[in-house]
Amino acid sequence: MNDGTHAMSILIRLQNIKKMYQMGSEEVHALRGLNVEIKKNEYVAIMGPSGSGKSTLMNIIGCLDTPSSGMYELNGTNVSDMNDNQLARVRNKEIGFVFQTFNLLARSDVLHNVELPLIYGGVGGGERKRLARESIARVGLTDRAHHKPNELSGGQRQRVAIARALVTHPSILLADEPTGNLDSKTGDEIMGLFDVLHKEGNTIIIVTHEEEIAAHAHRRIRIRDGHIEHDEPVTDRRIIHHDIAASA
Amino acid sequence: MEFSEVFRIALSAIRANKLRSVLTLLGIVIGVFSIIGVMTAVRVLQNGIESGLSNLGANTFQIQKFPVMANREERIKARNRKDITLVQAEYLLYRITTATLVGIESYDHGNVIQSLSGEKTNPNVPVFGENPQGLPTNNWIVEHGRGLTEQDMRTGGHVVVLGMDIVSKIFPGIPAEGAVGQFVKIRGKRYQVIGVFEKKGAALGGRDDNFAAIPLPVFLENFDRDRSLNIMIKAKSPEIYEDCVEEARFLLRTVRKVDPGKPDDFDIFSNDSMIATFDSFTKYVKMGVAFISFISLLAAGVGIMNIMLVSVSERVKEIGIRKAIGARKSNILTQFLTEAVVLCQIGGFIGIGVGILAGNLAALFLEIPPIFPVDWAIFAVVLCSIIGIAFGVYPAWKAANLDPIEALRYE
Repeated sequence: MNDGTHAMSILIRLQNIKKMYQMGSEEVHALRGLNVEIKKNEYVAIMGPSGSGKSTLMNIIGCLDTPSSGMYELNGTNVSDMNDNQLARVRNKEIGFVFQTFNLLARSDVLHNVELPLIYGGVGGGERKRLARESIARVGLTDRAHHKPNELSGGQRQRVAIARALVTHPSILLADEPTGNLDSKTGDEIMGLFDVLHKEGNTIIIVTHEEEIAAHAHRRIRIRDGHIEHDEPVTDRRIIHHDIAASA
Repeated sequence: MEFSEVFRIALSAIRANKLRSVLTLLGIVIGVFSIIGVMTAVRVLQNGIESGLSNLGANTFQIQKFPVMANREERIKARNRKDITLVQAEYLLYRITTATLVGIESYDHGNVIQSLSGEKTNPNVPVFGENPQGLPTNNWIVEHGRGLTEQDMRTGGHVVVLGMDIVSKIFPGIPAEGAVGQFVKIRGKRYQVIGVFEKKGAALGGRDDNFAAIPLPVFLENFDRDRSLNIMIKAKSPEIYEDCVEEARFLLRTVRKVDPGKPDDFDIFSNDSMIATFDSFTKYVKMGVAFISFISLLAAGVGIMNIMLVSVSERVKEIGIRKAIGARKSNILTQFLTEAVVLCQIGGFIGIGVGILAGNLAALFLEIPPIFPVDWAIFAVVLCSIIGIAFGVYPAWKAANLDPIEALRYE
């Protein structure tokens, strides 16, 4: 943060973030004063064993949760004190979630699943369909637009989830163990897709405990006991040159 | 978020659990069905009574010893009244100034009319003794031959005017006008047919076409002499109708020597008063049905609430997903509330449809045109919405307030 232009490109700024839970009579400190800055178009892997606080951190970054104390600035806006409705709006506009279990609506077809964030964002019929189809095309599933999730393979479902995450052109793509439910070959395909999306200028944060997955990122943040243990660039990057359309 | 989208989501959720949805809305169907069915039937009967009463013509009222619709107590009380005699009726007939017609009538149910060739009616024919004005005050129109005249009254001639049903029954194969001039037997006496009444068709409370009219003196001679007479009075114009009623009341009180301050010892009624009496009778039926339906709809509402709670707990994950991608509390609330209201509304529409069909069965039997009770249908739709909202709001509120993190973690 040496000058103004540098500050402008900072997307996420976490300052002394703490999160406490009340578990019965005991107070659990999930995060104990975290400081992180993530710039636009960074590709970050957040790692840590279970119980380290990485899920809590992800929930806070994803605006699903608010810190007990500390300041979270997303895209220049302080979101740490927002109410539920404001957070919902931020999630809708700024965050694209990709989950381990895909989390698609089982009864709806691909198109409707991808449209959903736009529906809640108040984007009207024609424009909505156009954006959704565009997003579906981007993950190479144009010919599957009217299939239900249960008619798709795991890899295809995760692509739908990615298309849904991308459809609002969010500031961050936030993926939680995106390959956890996929075999390694399909997992590689998905990671290849993330690599491409990063190249296209997206900011990607992947939460994982797998080193191989983290190796796709440019920066690795290791969390342990609510603290940042390491925050370092990835030196042994794993790059998959992957043709999305061919694997669709 | 547009409403069409919310509606689409609600429909798809309802469709996803067809059997469960159908069973749930059955309660609503039954509740709405009973309201609509009964209200339709009551209105059909009302129409029927009105059209049946039309044989008592316009501006016409009737005076008789017994009340038309009364409970047991009133009926027993009326039994002690003096009969309305021919002398009293004629006193009224000759003195009344505001009336154009004063019909005097008595009748006897359950007669057999027989042609001389031996063709018989069933023993269910009402025979009316009428003065000449009795025919028009009853709206009986003579189609063939002639009606009763003053001369028939004076001479005591055994003549009869027949309803169309009787003609076709006892003179088979003869056109109706062919019956005029023939002879029939009633209670062993011969009567000459002088006329045939125009066909009216069956109507509730109407006397259809199965009846016969003979001169009043002949009736009093050959049938029960001690019967109380009915008097039907047609006012000169609608404007003086009330005056006419009051004059008739005054004259009859005078001739029957009713002390001032004592109530009438006879009953006056018109179509309007009969309709009012019917309404006051059906009021209790309506109230009873409304109460029972309300209870059943309340029970159905609890069913809706129960199923919506199940639906919410089954779809925790879905709610989590929706929230994660930007659904607000209000979006989730609207979604589940709409689902409950749509569920109620589907039940409501089925109930309205079936209820109207069932209620109109009465119309079918009575050969009255069927009706569509728009006001009650709207009422039912509104009621279903209220039930949907009232019983859907808690489950919807519960869904809207789920924590997105917890909801997403839910398996």
